[in-house]
Amino acid sequence: MAKYAIKRLILAVVSIFIICAITFFAMNAIPGGPFNKEKAATPAVQAVLEERFHLNEPVGKQFLIYMGNLLHGDFGISLKTGRDIWQTISESFAVSARIGFFAMVIALLIGIVMGSLAALFRNKLPDRLIVFFSTLATAVPSFVMASLLLLIFCIQLKLIPVWSTSNQNYVLPVIALSLYPMAYITRLTKTSMLDVLGQDYVRTAKAKGVSWYSMIFKHALRNALIPVITYVGPMTASIMTGSLVVETIFTIGGLGSKFVESITNRDYTMIMGTTIFLAVLMVLVNLLSDLVYKLVDPRIKFE
Amino acid sequence: MDTPKKNLLSTQLDLSKFVKATDEEKRQAEVMSESTTFFRDGMRKLMKNPLAVGSIIVLALILILIIFAPMVVPYSYEEILSVNGVRDTAAKNLAPFEYSKMEQAFIAEGGKVFPHIMGTDELCRDYFIRVVYGTRVSLFVGIFASLVVLIVGVLYGAISGYAGGKTDLIMMRIVDIIYSLPDLLVIILLSVVLRETLDLTSVPLLSDLGTNMVSLFIVFGLLYWVGMARLVRAEILSIKENEYILAARSIGAKPGHIIWTHILPNCISVIIIATALQIPSAIFTESYLSFLGLGVALPMPSLGSLANAARQGMQSNPLKLVLPATMICLVVLAFNLLGDGLRDAFDPKLKK
Repeated sequence: MAKYAIKRLILAVVSIFIICAITFFAMNAIPGGPFNKEKAATPAVQAVLEERFHLNEPVGKQFLIYMGNLLHGDFGISLKTGRDIWQTISESFAVSARIGFFAMVIALLIGIVMGSLAALFRNKLPDRLIVFFSTLATAVPSFVMASLLLLIFCIQLKLIPVWSTSNQNYVLPVIALSLYPMAYITRLTKTSMLDVLGQDYVRTAKAKGVSWYSMIFKHALRNALIPVITYVGPMTASIMTGSLVVETIFTIGGLGSKFVESITNRDYTMIMGTTIFLAVLMVLVNLLSDLVYKLVDPRIKFE
Repeated sequence: MDTPKKNLLSTQLDLSKFVKATDEEKRQAEVMSESTTFFRDGMRKLMKNPLAVGSIIVLALILILIIFAPMVVPYSYEEILSVNGVRDTAAKNLAPFEYSKMEQAFIAEGGKVFPHIMGTDELCRDYFIRVVYGTRVSLFVGIFASLVVLIVGVLYGAISGYAGGKTDLIMMRIVDIIYSLPDLLVIILLSVVLRETLDLTSVPLLSDLGTNMVSLFIVFGLLYWVGMARLVRAEILSIKENEYILAARSIGAKPGHIIWTHILPNCISVIIIATALQIPSAIFTESYLSFLGLGVALPMPSLGSLANAARQGMQSNPLKLVLPATMICLVVLAFNLLGDGLRDAFDPKLKK
């Protein structure tokens, strides 16, 4: 286990480094420095600014300085607003994290319940309904879902007020974000539950007269949930990228909409900081879910 | 009693009691099924799957629509409506099958105006033809991106799996690293960079799609192939242990020849299924990027950018949002179901 964990950790560190490198050099490839504006500064001011942000150094050294700053939690300042990027990220991420967390919990809860029901009522009406809805849900992109929810519930029916700082209604964004992972978890749980229900130990449990309740919850479900753990990593990634559009649509001031804003504004340092932040988060969640998976499933061999 | 009395438990048979089988009974015993190829068998199974057949029909209808509609409808996707050569500024946001005042006057004079099946958009363009072109673009991007994935993934997976040993180890470590990169973030990043640095004005088809789509293809070629490479490698690892591969190698066949003629045909089903399921995911990605404003270059429409543009006037014109959104869902759903059907029909591991 320790060997596997170390290997996995090294992989994570390498990917994080590669992401930082790609991000840095990609942003550097864009022509024009950050201070080449319409109103040209005097050469003296320009030189001071370049000195201040180490822009007079060779690119390789700039990269090292940037990486060093990152390790100290210094993401630099935004080109457009001049605000500290780390501060913007941490403030707006609090909002995004709350919505994302709710979306994950709901996706997991409902997905697991629906998947188990579909497996238990195989080829009966509940199964068919659940399969129908989960197939449908995997074909609807999150931005379509979010726009339609906004259209139906906020604009046409006026049931839920549009998002504002005074009235933070999480229902619609959470639904829009959780629908796709929910459908995926449903399918995943169903297949693994069917697989487990066909195992010998479940038949043995049935044969020795274990109650239906404890057979499902103690013998079947606990084992059927193991594959779901591996999906937690991809689910986080999908919810994070989904939040870019969903937050923009519902005009929520989270990290997602800040990122989209910085893309439209061409705020390159902000794009760089947010990309690295989100990417590191995704890699870490992936690492964690992989390690937990190996921990709870002793059958998996370590190469 | 000339025959000796049979022992009660003896298994000796009394042949005289047997009756010869009739020809018909003989025929019933023939259990041989019609000889069939792998492909034909799979197609037969596919055609029995109502969902798969339904999605083939839906896709065929969409294909017919996007091929023939531009020939029938006299408008183009970037054309601002005009009557008799005069720009019709009042033809904004028309409802389906509605005519603007200028068009009504023109019709009253005896002129003919092709109906706006889905109305017009806020720039006085016929919306139906924009949705048709949007579907064209989305489908093209989906299929082309999947082809990129197919080529890179199969090549890489085949080499890695066949070479084995150290080569395989290194190649798979690279795959592991790429696999752990957040692909959508990298796409966004590359789109941001390439739209500033890439100059495509000299390349005809790609310049219409814009740098964003080119960067999408580049990223698919760089990142998305890893899933396909893993699949192909796993297949090849098991196939290359077969005796016929050993035989081919012992008569001196070259590795490229062995992979091409002996190994790849045996994992074709896995490749087809993975490609079919790659198309909807590519369409998803494209519409997502277009929605963020990183998609195809204006004025070329794609389903995602149409949906994004429709958000502004959502209150008054909900139909403009619903139409492209429905189209995306329909296309993705059809490809998903077709892919599932193909897997059920062609995946040898699922055979019962």
